[in-house]
Amino acid sequence: MEFFKIRHDIPFMRHALAFNIVSLITFLLAVFFLATKGLNYSIEFTGGTVMEVSYAQGADVDKVRKALDSRGYNDYSVQNFGSSRDVLVRMPLKPGQNSADLSKAVMEALNADDRGATLRRVEFVGPQVGRELAENGALALLITSIGIVLYLAFRFEWKFGVAAIIANLHDVVIILGFFAFFQWEFSLPVLAAVLAVLGYSVNESVVIADRIRDNFRKMRKASVTEIIDNAITRTISRTIITHGCTQTMVTSMLVFGGPALHYFALALTIGICFGIYSSVLVMAPLVRWLGVQREDLVKPIKEKKEEAVV
Amino acid sequence: MNRYPVWVYATIAVALVLGTLYTLPNFFGEAPAVQVSPARATLKADTAVLGRVEDALKQAGIQPTGMFLDQAGVKVRFADTDTQLKARDIVDRGLNPDSASPSYTVALNLLPNSPRWLSAINALPMYLGLDLRGGVHFLLQVDMKAAIAKRAESLAGDIRSQLRDKNVRHAGITREGNNIVVRFREAETRDKARALIAEQIPDLQLADSGSGTDLLMVATIRPEAQKRTQEFALRQNIQTLHNRINELGVAEPVIQQQGSDRVVVQLPGVQDTAKAKEILGRTATLEVRMVDEDNMNAAALAAARAGQVPFGDEFYIERNGAPLLVKKQVVLTGDRLTDAQPGFDNQTHEPAVHLTLDATGARIFKEYTRENVGKRMAILLIEKGKGEVVTAPVIRTEIGGGRVQISGRMTTVEANDVALLLRAGALAAPMEIVEERTVGPSLGADNIKKGFDSTVFGFATLSLFIIVYYALFGVFSTLALCANLLFLIAVLSMLQATLTLPGIAAIALTLGMAIDANVLINERIREELRSGSTPQAAIHAGYERAFGTILDSNVTTLIAGLALLIFGSGPVRGFAVVHCLGILTSIFSSVVVSRSMVNLVYGTRKKLEGVSIGNTAWK
Repeated sequence: MEFFKIRHDIPFMRHALAFNIVSLITFLLAVFFLATKGLNYSIEFTGGTVMEVSYAQGADVDKVRKALDSRGYNDYSVQNFGSSRDVLVRMPLKPGQNSADLSKAVMEALNADDRGATLRRVEFVGPQVGRELAENGALALLITSIGIVLYLAFRFEWKFGVAAIIANLHDVVIILGFFAFFQWEFSLPVLAAVLAVLGYSVNESVVIADRIRDNFRKMRKASVTEIIDNAITRTISRTIITHGCTQTMVTSMLVFGGPALHYFALALTIGICFGIYSSVLVMAPLVRWLGVQREDLVKPIKEKKEEAVV
Repeated sequence: MNRYPVWVYATIAVALVLGTLYTLPNFFGEAPAVQVSPARATLKADTAVLGRVEDALKQAGIQPTGMFLDQAGVKVRFADTDTQLKARDIVDRGLNPDSASPSYTVALNLLPNSPRWLSAINALPMYLGLDLRGGVHFLLQVDMKAAIAKRAESLAGDIRSQLRDKNVRHAGITREGNNIVVRFREAETRDKARALIAEQIPDLQLADSGSGTDLLMVATIRPEAQKRTQEFALRQNIQTLHNRINELGVAEPVIQQQGSDRVVVQLPGVQDTAKAKEILGRTATLEVRMVDEDNMNAAALAAARAGQVPFGDEFYIERNGAPLLVKKQVVLTGDRLTDAQPGFDNQTHEPAVHLTLDATGARIFKEYTRENVGKRMAILLIEKGKGEVVTAPVIRTEIGGGRVQISGRMTTVEANDVALLLRAGALAAPMEIVEERTVGPSLGADNIKKGFDSTVFGFATLSLFIIVYYALFGVFSTLALCANLLFLIAVLSMLQATLTLPGIAAIALTLGMAIDANVLINERIREELRSGSTPQAAIHAGYERAFGTILDSNVTTLIAGLALLIFGSGPVRGFAVVHCLGILTSIFSSVVVSRSMVNLVYGTRKKLEGVSIGNTAWK
């Protein structure tokens, strides 16, 4: 079987400017939503208590709200979670409140109208821990970015490192933009997904960069644009098949993984889709804007290569 | 050109065999079991306890399926949960005749069902995290400011008694934050006091201030002494938590230091958070009292045993089983104890416990020992209003200076245990819960099923597609991916890494990403074939050329994984561990293992007409 019977190189670079403008607009939109709406941080970051309560029959969210109101709680949020039988109750942090007492009191309130509610999960996070998690998350993102730039600069050239990280941070911002726009819950697993996507999307850039280097050696008379076009065309089948395979796994998580893995898988899905776009259509043009030349890549490596080939 | 030397095949074979061996335990499931561990630090789980458990079960006619002793205690396996529950009650009654103060903790547990020869080579199933097995997780923050303040308070007491002993007149000692301020009227006295304190209390840093008749000496705790105090507080709190959790009857509690001032407590299987918290927050105290020598005769002891305790006394049984009448009047409480360390007697070289008292405690102790030479005193641990005699030594001489040594009739192990008990009685500094997670057992089982389903269905779909698209090479790729899964689970089991739901997600994701290497290789081979290479050359070039790319792309993924591992906590770390290990195993399996199969099938043929890698004829 073969999906990609491409006989001529696709002139990706001819439309580079258009692609870059599209990216810039999506990027700016994402930044706009992040700035105006902000992320809907989970209690892991903000601190507070979250309780997952399961009912034998369907859960009535309104009744849960009434039960909580009658006990004088305010500022909470109640929503269905996964199935219609489970609800998620979120309580903000209050100074001097004991989390054990809180979860007990809430369960008493909920069981007051004999609905057979059982507590499935309680999570309580103090304010200090939340702040640390947020700081560490930002730090992990920074270290990953620096590490990737350095590695690519060492293996290829600084232009590739810079282009790849811009392209992929653009993905990260877009994922965050989605989470801000839809107000999806941004939790620790989502953060893990975002960083995993960052590492994964860079693969894409590496594969293309590798081809560009290869082409500089082989296609001695071709222009830089032709070389990049050829590199992308030659790797497009691998790009789409690999991403399709990874996405198959992620879709499976989205379908079978339940609510606990939902946003994790969602973040990966957005990351994978934009990952294809950004490394093919953002990274490559950026490399060209930065002015990559044959001399950047070929000179020192060429002689070694000739020795190695038997 | 496409042949591997024999040693490569041998390496792969060994890796596969090891992988299978260490993955196996995960398939045997777990058997219901009862675990018996000592409830007090002074008791040991040994073969005697094993014998008692065996007898108790035999008498009740319960047949265990397995029984053994390890570091955690005695573990007994049963065929089903009904027997397990029944056996728990029987063993509990057999070992703890007095249910009010149990000597052994009898807890329900699950034990891996794998055959003994697998356990013998340390092949154990993966350790499931709380989100998969259910339980409670607490992160406790130790209030270090309070620990330092407490230390400053006790040092202020030390200064006061030092100055009084040497008749140095001061005009008041106050604690201001972590500083101790001593006032003097004359510079001369201050100099004298400074010399004295600098010599006697090396933990303090002294500075002068004030003028005229209001002269001040400000003492601050040296940074290294502060650090020591904090470390001590944390160690003692962890020890106290250990002792208390033993009572909860949790099979495999995790109590670990995290960072410089935090403690993680994980209690698998515990659902009642309120109860767990009550026990963690409870206070225990140490008391020193005198033994009532006047009534220590056979008649009085026999009467006391029958319930006729003399007025003003309390009846206790010592650890060696001897009865003891102890006065109710308290000489000292544990607040005066600053440290307890196991060690050896300087003269006799017998094992001993060295206690350090603060200044007030030292003074009281000196007075009492002077007046009671030749008599016995009792050191009791009071918890939940109930006391236990830790030790009841004879006073040989007057003991001054706040350094007390308990020795005689003790083994090194006992000395360690007593020191531990004395230290562990109370929390050194208050603790606050800063994070809590409770997961119900049904949710845990749900999470396992969901994680497993996503991996299996994702993997099946992916394999199907790859095989259809790349024909025989797709089969090789799928088999390589299976090998990757095998290696990954084997490594996780070997390292006994904790598997969490994000960890399962990482397994699925790693498999989805690992296929990238095979796609790269297969696409390269197709390309080489299209450009007219012979099949053998195409295979060779495909693997060689793709390898650099595979390495580069895995290194970048690994950078992200490592950053997550270093900065992540909780669920993120569980994800990162699996992710990083998965990247490493995938490089080996997708390059070496898949190529070994290709070499086996195609490498030996001299005249190769074509390879089964899907359609390449369209050019």
